[in-house]
Amino acid sequence: MHPPPGSRRAGQRTTGTTEAATALSPTSWVEGPIGSTTVWGTSRSVRLAIVLVALGGLLGAACSGGDTGAATPVLGWYINPDNGGQAELAAACSAAAGGRYRITVSTLPNDASGQREQLVRRLAAKDSSIALMSLDPPFVAEFAEAGFLRPFTAAEAAALTDGVLSGPVEGATWHGRLVVAPFWANSQLLWYRKSAAARAGLDPAAGPVTWDQLIAGAERAGATVEVQGNRYEGYTVFISALVASAGGQVLERPEAGRDARPALDTPAGHRAAEVISRLAHSKAADPGLATAEEETARAAFQGPRGGFMVNWAYVYGAASEAVASGALDRGVLSDIGWARWPRVNPDQPSRPPLGGIDLGVSAFTPHPDLAADAVGCLTAADSQRRYMLKSKNPAARGVVYDDPEVRRVFPMADLIREAIGDAAPRSKTPYYTDVSAAVARTFHPPASVDPARTPAAANRLVVGVLHDRVLL
Amino acid sequence: MSLATTTTAPRPGTRITDRAAAERRLGWALVAPALLAMVGVTAYPLARAVWLSLYSYRITDPAGREFVGLRNYGVVLGDHLWWSDVVTTVLITVVTVGVELVVGFLFASVMHRVVFGRRLIRTSILLPYGIITVVAAFAWKYAFAIDTGFVNHATGFGEFSWFGQRPSALVVIALAEIWKTTPFMSLLLLAGLAQVPGELLEAAEVDGATRTQRLFRVTLPNMKAAIMVALLFRTLDAYRIFDTVFVMTSGAQGTETVSFLAYRQTITRTALGLGSAVSVLLFASVVLIALVFVKGFGVDLGRARGER
Repeated sequence: MHPPPGSRRAGQRTTGTTEAATALSPTSWVEGPIGSTTVWGTSRSVRLAIVLVALGGLLGAACSGGDTGAATPVLGWYINPDNGGQAELAAACSAAAGGRYRITVSTLPNDASGQREQLVRRLAAKDSSIALMSLDPPFVAEFAEAGFLRPFTAAEAAALTDGVLSGPVEGATWHGRLVVAPFWANSQLLWYRKSAAARAGLDPAAGPVTWDQLIAGAERAGATVEVQGNRYEGYTVFISALVASAGGQVLERPEAGRDARPALDTPAGHRAAEVISRLAHSKAADPGLATAEEETARAAFQGPRGGFMVNWAYVYGAASEAVASGALDRGVLSDIGWARWPRVNPDQPSRPPLGGIDLGVSAFTPHPDLAADAVGCLTAADSQRRYMLKSKNPAARGVVYDDPEVRRVFPMADLIREAIGDAAPRSKTPYYTDVSAAVARTFHPPASVDPARTPAAANRLVVGVLHDRVLL
Repeated sequence: MSLATTTTAPRPGTRITDRAAAERRLGWALVAPALLAMVGVTAYPLARAVWLSLYSYRITDPAGREFVGLRNYGVVLGDHLWWSDVVTTVLITVVTVGVELVVGFLFASVMHRVVFGRRLIRTSILLPYGIITVVAAFAWKYAFAIDTGFVNHATGFGEFSWFGQRPSALVVIALAEIWKTTPFMSLLLLAGLAQVPGELLEAAEVDGATRTQRLFRVTLPNMKAAIMVALLFRTLDAYRIFDTVFVMTSGAQGTETVSFLAYRQTITRTALGLGSAVSVLLFASVVLIALVFVKGFGVDLGRARGER
């Protein structure tokens, strides 16, 4: 019936010219017959006037739609919504470019799936207004495989990855080429309330803890272990990190596209399912586990029963801001501790999930080289430092974590750097959305997970989905 | 459409004069631009959707494109997701169209009879129909929202999450649909009411028919054509419901409709083959509904418009 709301912007863009065209046609149609009954000269001047007015309208529409400062190329940067940090960088890099280009930002929808959806729709139509895009790492393979991204040259890649932590570089590479530039990176930590950990008899800061120790400890302490268990991308992140920490991966040969083989029905997949099942049936699980997302988990963690939580690096900054605005008691903030993501097996280091944002250059921009240049400015170490302080999102370049100001705002800076460096990218497949949805669907709700059956069922669903044998 | 063909088709046995032939040529010439535009904007996309539905094809993996014949249709029809979505869609359609018919008829009677403030009443009844569906859906969503909505506060439902489970979510979706499109229904029925001859009603009254008898024996049979057309239009519309579901639940809690399924396969998953198959099947269902109405119930679109 109506186009989905996301397409409104595309519609608005053309409104100017359409109005001018429709304004022209009815007038000339009405004037035609009248003109022919009057004196020829009058009719002619009337027509001329109409044509002039219509042309003026078209020109006006064209001018208002186009660039006013015609000399400077404009690079459109499609960004995920943030607190203004990316717009600030765009202004700074535009100024630094000295008139070679100007970066304008357009904001994408709130959630990652909505952002991907709009970008795919625009890029599939070869929208040349996109020069730069902020892209979630799991979608990199899809965009690269579809030919939406202009890969970076070897020289550009060397500069863009200089000093960048290994996890983000791995996530930005497809078939051996750097197709996006790591802008900021993210990983999860184990956040804990020191009081609850003391009651549980655990000291995560002293050495690595396992999920089994964590759940048992939380049960003893009467506290919860908060994770993301809603049927959405965040739940797949959790499952993937468990599988990776157990030494496995969700997909075998993920780069094989639709012929990739799911590898959940493996010892690693079974271990991951065991942890989820154990937690879901424990009294340490949050009552709202099946609908828990990052923010709901954080709220519960800061609440009276909060004990432990795996969540992204922004948690401490968000809690500090809540204290500053009076929404949170200062005692809670000082009670928060942090450690490496829990282990699945006692003798195997954990592989926390990788997040963040990469910057890609569109294959359809008329200014690819300028855009690549702009990426260099936007992802420079100083830009990342500014962005980390402004948006509380961790940098991709390791050197930023040595900055004294950064270390003051992020007391756990070294731990975040280590986690990002060791983070496991989610399956790098062009079919990521399908794989992720299939995995989350089979493993949801968490209480229904059966280590003997669920991983095998997920395997079957992934294969069916990849080969268009099931609807999703 | 059917009317146009019957009036212009040559009647058997009649000779076509030169003048008639010339007029017919002129008719074709006049209609040709519109016809071409229709072919361009409806027939071409439709044919392309049918063509795409024969492939296993992701827009983001052009190299993996593969001809699979009718397999996509087998996958869709064999998947329980399709059938549960069909059930949901039919449920919403039957409930909303049924309620709209009754309420719409009441509104139409009011609009038909009212003498004073006629314009004001007609305008206020038609107002919801003038509101964009997405806007209406957001208004209803916020009204029933658990945190900011006024419904829970006003009715004492407290912390009840309307969109938390299937039945209550469907109730809100249906309410929004009914509120939005009942005016359209009553507008069509008003046209039917105006066609009921006044003398028939007077004669029935003189003969001692009660109010109910007049309604069921005189008014309704005389406006059957208008009722059927109204039902047909609304059923076709209701079966393609998308916006309200998209805004309110995004298809969660088993509220996904067939249109939404097509949207998700095509736009979200960019599985053009499967999505096109769902779209073609949706189109086929709509054609089927129209056929049932036109052939089964003998709906005559021409007569309802007062052309015969």
